[in-house]
Amino acid sequence: MSPALCGPQKEPILNYRFYMAHIGFWDRVKMAWRILIKAPFANKLVEALNQVEAARTRAALPPERVHASALTLLAALQREGRLVDFLEQEVAGFSDEDIGAAARVVHGGCRKAFRQFFVIAPAAPGIEGEPITVPSGFDAQRIRLTGNLSGQPPFKGTLKHHGWVAAEVRMPSIAETLDPRVIAPAEVELS
Amino acid sequence: MTRHTVGIDLGTTNCALAFRDLSEGSGDVVSIPQLTAPGVVEERLLLPSFIYVVKQGEFPDGALDLPWEKQFAYAAGDLARGHGAKVPARLVASAKSWLSHSSVDRSSALLPWQAPPEVERISPVEASARYLRHLAGAWKMSRKGDLDSEEVVLTVPASFDAAARELTTQAAKQAGLQDVTLLEEPQAALYAWIESVGDAFRKTVKVGDVILVVDVGGGTSDFSLIAVTEQDGDLQLTRMAVGDHILLGGDNMDLTLAHHLAQGKNLDSWQFVALTYGCRQAKELLFADLKLKKAPISIPSRGSALVGGTIKMELTREDVTRVLIDGFMPKVLVTDLPRTARRTGLTQVGLPYAQDPGITRHLAAFLTRQSRIAEGRSFVHPTAILFNGGVFKARALKERVTEVLNEWLAKDSGAPVKELEGGNLDLAVARGAAYYGWVRHGHGIRIRGGTARAYYVGVEAAVPAVPGLEPPVKALCVAPFGMEEGSNADIPPQEFALVVGEPTVFRFFSSSVRREDRAGDMIDDVVRNEEFEEVAPIETTLSIKSSKSGESGKLVPVNLQAAVTEVGTLELRCLEKGGSGRWKLELNVRGKEE
Repeated sequence: MSPALCGPQKEPILNYRFYMAHIGFWDRVKMAWRILIKAPFANKLVEALNQVEAARTRAALPPERVHASALTLLAALQREGRLVDFLEQEVAGFSDEDIGAAARVVHGGCRKAFRQFFVIAPAAPGIEGEPITVPSGFDAQRIRLTGNLSGQPPFKGTLKHHGWVAAEVRMPSIAETLDPRVIAPAEVELS
Repeated sequence: MTRHTVGIDLGTTNCALAFRDLSEGSGDVVSIPQLTAPGVVEERLLLPSFIYVVKQGEFPDGALDLPWEKQFAYAAGDLARGHGAKVPARLVASAKSWLSHSSVDRSSALLPWQAPPEVERISPVEASARYLRHLAGAWKMSRKGDLDSEEVVLTVPASFDAAARELTTQAAKQAGLQDVTLLEEPQAALYAWIESVGDAFRKTVKVGDVILVVDVGGGTSDFSLIAVTEQDGDLQLTRMAVGDHILLGGDNMDLTLAHHLAQGKNLDSWQFVALTYGCRQAKELLFADLKLKKAPISIPSRGSALVGGTIKMELTREDVTRVLIDGFMPKVLVTDLPRTARRTGLTQVGLPYAQDPGITRHLAAFLTRQSRIAEGRSFVHPTAILFNGGVFKARALKERVTEVLNEWLAKDSGAPVKELEGGNLDLAVARGAAYYGWVRHGHGIRIRGGTARAYYVGVEAAVPAVPGLEPPVKALCVAPFGMEEGSNADIPPQEFALVVGEPTVFRFFSSSVRREDRAGDMIDDVVRNEEFEEVAPIETTLSIKSSKSGESGKLVPVNLQAAVTEVGTLELRCLEKGGSGRWKLELNVRGKEE
């Protein structure tokens, strides 16, 4: 897969490696030596690298390339479940019945695509509405504490929402020649 | 490098791929990367057996590329099925059914069947080869090696005749596969069951059991009977009989429901496809939850105004019961035979779909036709039943078949059948095929039985010609029922003459019920005998070079001999009488005259 199609979080690592690959071995040894003995040089080097990095990313990748996988997901949700149609339509004037019928299309199709791409699991074990103990050293990314937050863990509380995490991510691969901005092509039927 | 056996289910509507590691014996199914939209490659467990023939410029450059090849001309799989529904004239579907259709030239570029002249057509063989090449690509992506250096077991319907089997191996050759063995799908389903139950197999079935495999795929229904026997204290499985080719399957069911609901509605073809898809889902909902009275179906608008443009329908339990269960699995007597439409002089050459949708009637016909193994009863009594095919995810359909069968058995003072609970109904055939490859290496139990048909060449009786009356045709048995792979039949005493340099054509017949005929037996008047079916003719041209005499027009006396190859195909040869000449007879797949 080309760097253009990777998620944004991967980008700096790939490009950094690429950059480093172009610095000769002895130059690297010299740099390493200077970093060891001269902290300001190290800071300057990191800063310079970051600037080069940012410039490269900006120049090489327009936003639709940086976020290509997001657009891919949107395209899939539209293709399978007409999500963009649904979101783009003003629904205030329609009856609940009409909205409900459309929602079945959206729910059924998006669910199929969603389950194809992700395996989703609760972020915390337990049943919603039941007591739960949050131990010390809990994972603050997976557990958010609310209400009367004081004292030291373990905390006793009630599980209000079990949260979600993506246990598996299986995004499709996209041809590089495709324009990721096209979420759904126009359809023209020939008679 | 580790060698594998690879099982391929080359289905009418879906293909699947599974393997077994020959050193460890472990195995699994292989997911198949495929285009799901232009430029989007995703993995799926099934490859829909559809090819979409692309018009140049229709998609952007690179939109049809697969991880293992660049592609411009066509797409196979999910994209082909989905986009093809909107452009039906460019869609190749049911290629497998065309492979077994003896009224057309199966090696010629026929498909898409109703395409405009500018569409480049392909033969059913080439279509099958393309699915196999796609699966080879998927195998490559799984990083287990090259498919052409693995032992491949390819499944075919038990009802495939000699020519259809030959064409299947031709497709495999075209796809570059070197080592291919054929296996009948119902047997593959039974192997998958044996694999899934493991040692419990010996507790579940006993000597004397007769297992009925009911395999209803997307486009075909296939029946087989497999007996549990014993030799030297070991359990053995022997395939006793297979049914005829019935072009009727789960897709017909969804279509019937869609037609039922579409009555009085103005749907375009795209919406009808969406309705068919909706029917399948609603049906599955109703079958899964017996308390539900109805399931909603929403058909999205074609344009972007989804809310307000969506058509609401519902499928009721009553629809499902009446249209599906009573329509496809009617409660009938074992003596009820399938209706066949009267043939008119001008038959349209399309696929010969089953005229009677009653699968239970086809089953009744199968069991009563096999009267020779019924042990004096009016039909063969199975003692166990194994279901295969996605259709039977619906318990209600399994239950109906079992109920009808048990009624027949009870009336004939037989005991009810027990159901052999299998694994995944969509993937069992591929898994079973991979397991069979493992069995061929000496592990586990093997199903024996050889060919499920006897084969005959037609010999025109020497009677004065009467205008409008076809002269009676006698049939000489050249290959008896039950020939094992890698064996030859005896040479019948009958002598034929080949004319050097001119094509010689033999009419060719098969029978799935006559198990007593030996090679050399002559049967009178086979054309009007229901036990026989005329299949594609066989032909050969004895070239001037290969004959000793080297003269065009000279008669060379020969005997016919049949052999079943290791692959599982039938081969007919001419042996020169009193000489060493041998010529292979080709099964003519260019269509018999109707």
